[in-house]
Amino acid sequence: MSVEASNGAGRTIVEKIWDEHLVHREAGKPDVLYIDLHLVHEVTSPQAFEGLRLSGRRVRRPDLTFATADHNIPTTDRSLPISDPISKAQIDTLESNIGEFGIVYFGMHDPRQGIVHVIGPELGLTQPGMTIVCGDSHTSTHGAFGALAFGIGTSEVEHVLATQCLTQSRPKTMAVNFVGVAGEGVTAKDLILGVISEIGVGGGIGHVIEYRGEAITALSMEGRMTVCNMSIESGARAGLIAPDETTFEYLEGRPYAPSGSAWSEAVDFWRSLPSDKGSTYDEEVEIDAGSIAPFVTWGTTPGMSVQVTGSVPSPSEAADPSEASAMERSLAYMGLKAGTPIVDIPVDRVFIGSCTNGRIEDLRSAARVAAGHRLADSVKAMVVPGSSAVKAMAESEGLDKIFKDAGFEWREAGCSMCLGMNPDILEPGERAASTSNRNFEGRQGRGGRTHLVSPEMAAAASIAGHFVDIRDWEYK
Amino acid sequence: MKAIRRVEGTMAPMPQADIDTDQIIPKQFLKRIERSGFGPFAFYDWARTDDGQLSSDFVLNRPEYQGSQVLVTGPNFGCGSSREHAPWALQDRGFDAIIAPSFADIFRNNCGKIGLVCVTLGQDEVSELIDISTSTPSAQVTVDLEELTVTCGDFYATFEFDEFARECLLNGWDEIALTEHLDEEISGYEKRRRGYLPSAKAV
Ligand code: SF4
Repeated sequence: MSVEASNGAGRTIVEKIWDEHLVHREAGKPDVLYIDLHLVHEVTSPQAFEGLRLSGRRVRRPDLTFATADHNIPTTDRSLPISDPISKAQIDTLESNIGEFGIVYFGMHDPRQGIVHVIGPELGLTQPGMTIVCGDSHTSTHGAFGALAFGIGTSEVEHVLATQCLTQSRPKTMAVNFVGVAGEGVTAKDLILGVISEIGVGGGIGHVIEYRGEAITALSMEGRMTVCNMSIESGARAGLIAPDETTFEYLEGRPYAPSGSAWSEAVDFWRSLPSDKGSTYDEEVEIDAGSIAPFVTWGTTPGMSVQVTGSVPSPSEAADPSEASAMERSLAYMGLKAGTPIVDIPVDRVFIGSCTNGRIEDLRSAARVAAGHRLADSVKAMVVPGSSAVKAMAESEGLDKIFKDAGFEWREAGCSMCLGMNPDILEPGERAASTSNRNFEGRQGRGGRTHLVSPEMAAAASIAGHFVDIRDWEYK
Repeated sequence: MKAIRRVEGTMAPMPQADIDTDQIIPKQFLKRIERSGFGPFAFYDWARTDDGQLSSDFVLNRPEYQGSQVLVTGPNFGCGSSREHAPWALQDRGFDAIIAPSFADIFRNNCGKIGLVCVTLGQDEVSELIDISTSTPSAQVTVDLEELTVTCGDFYATFEFDEFARECLLNGWDEIALTEHLDEEISGYEKRRRGYLPSAKAV
């Protein structure tokens, strides 16, 4: 992305947002960008606050900084004290930091609590055209609203707390153009797993991806968030989708969304954001949406996936020896034999939740699949809403009852088994169908084996006891 | 941060691609609220057998690689979570530089902030270094940030490095202080920001 392009005729949405937030530019140096929204959680912030204290700095804009506890809080009865003393220390540290620095906090008992990437949008904090950061790689989720949102490390968290700015080199841009529409039973999760399988887990490095095309604009905001969420799994710096009527409809009336005359002023600006005709990208990728079927990962990166109709691939099909050895290692870790049909793989545990698929629409879809069924005897399954508000809404719709009747555990909101920092973990050798975003070795518990799927596919697997093609499902 | 001009020492080879930050520092260690002391937990699960004993197979447990300063590894190193605990752990374990064909963006940024030098070389060059450190663990490598070169016996390669990040490392600059010098510009920007943008004050 060249500087000239940003001054010339066609600009991409990324260039527009970048230019809008430019505080300082100097030749040979990265730009200094203003950050509109900084989300903070318990895991990546303690050392940043400590840094501020040591250097005698304050938080420049506590009013643009919002904190919640999500990563290691228990998802069981919250009226009990946190039993893990180290988790408790981390939550206590966050609470004393937000007190000391005057930051708004949605704590464990607040109805607005939840996974940072679920509550930002839900509260209307996430809006088109903004710059949003968080000490968390899945900050890319917020790109669903046409915001430039990316994960940062703790040193950068400290930088933003102190200055409300971030020093950033311009990323390259990549357009992922979906051609055609997705078929029946194919979800946002399958679209993004399809993208990652196409460009690879390192294919997005250095880029911001803009997702385009009919298969994308047809998605709800929840679906768009699922897509943008997993951008980081391709190595991309961020992912975004141009805002449109679906975006505005979602936002209108939310607590932090503009209202009255500010609303129309905002919408006018938001309508100017989509990439101009004639704007160019550093890279363009075309994906045929119609060719995508429900995906299941078989390995230990989100790129190691195959359509549910397929089988576990063989290292002999690998492009080169290093890929073959990576595949062998993954198959050994996953306890899988090449050639096994995906639908023959049994599952022990099912996790429905996370910032990828823990929103209300995800729970509705999973509940539709589970309704009237019972979990397979061999399966333990849990549903962990992405936020306390999602949980409340699901309960008001009776989804909790559908899940409980089918034999699922119904939990409090948080990250839970997505990364297993709380007691929700897999045992060594246990095999899970999970709606989260990472199937890395040990991610959900040491020796645990994770298969990433959509909420519908996860619910179906929990009932059948093995993976099934959701397109063959008998809804009751 | 202290200034860094050059990293010298021996290498440790980890040729796998896509080593993610969950492997570098598993989540159970993210609950610490300090910045230091993560070294003993680097690659915790890979370094141990199923019964929790230190595994003699794991490269960093082998005596010949114990004191290595430079990690040489595969593409997309540091992918996954943004946890800065990963660079902290590698640095605390004794690494001052990492050489790979490519790095995950957030990981590389994080390393830059703490003075852990990430050097991108071509896959062939990386493979050559991996071969050298596998056959001769005592081979000395020099990563020179001033000259932008990597040398090791007859091996010689040049690399590119973001100029600003390089200046920060060479001079040991505090990036926050640099941005604080822009206070007037930041305040000016704050005055012209759109009024309806979300703020805690508004609700
Ligand atoms: S749900 Fe998982 S991926 Fe999302 S923020 Fe929490 S731990 Fe990270």
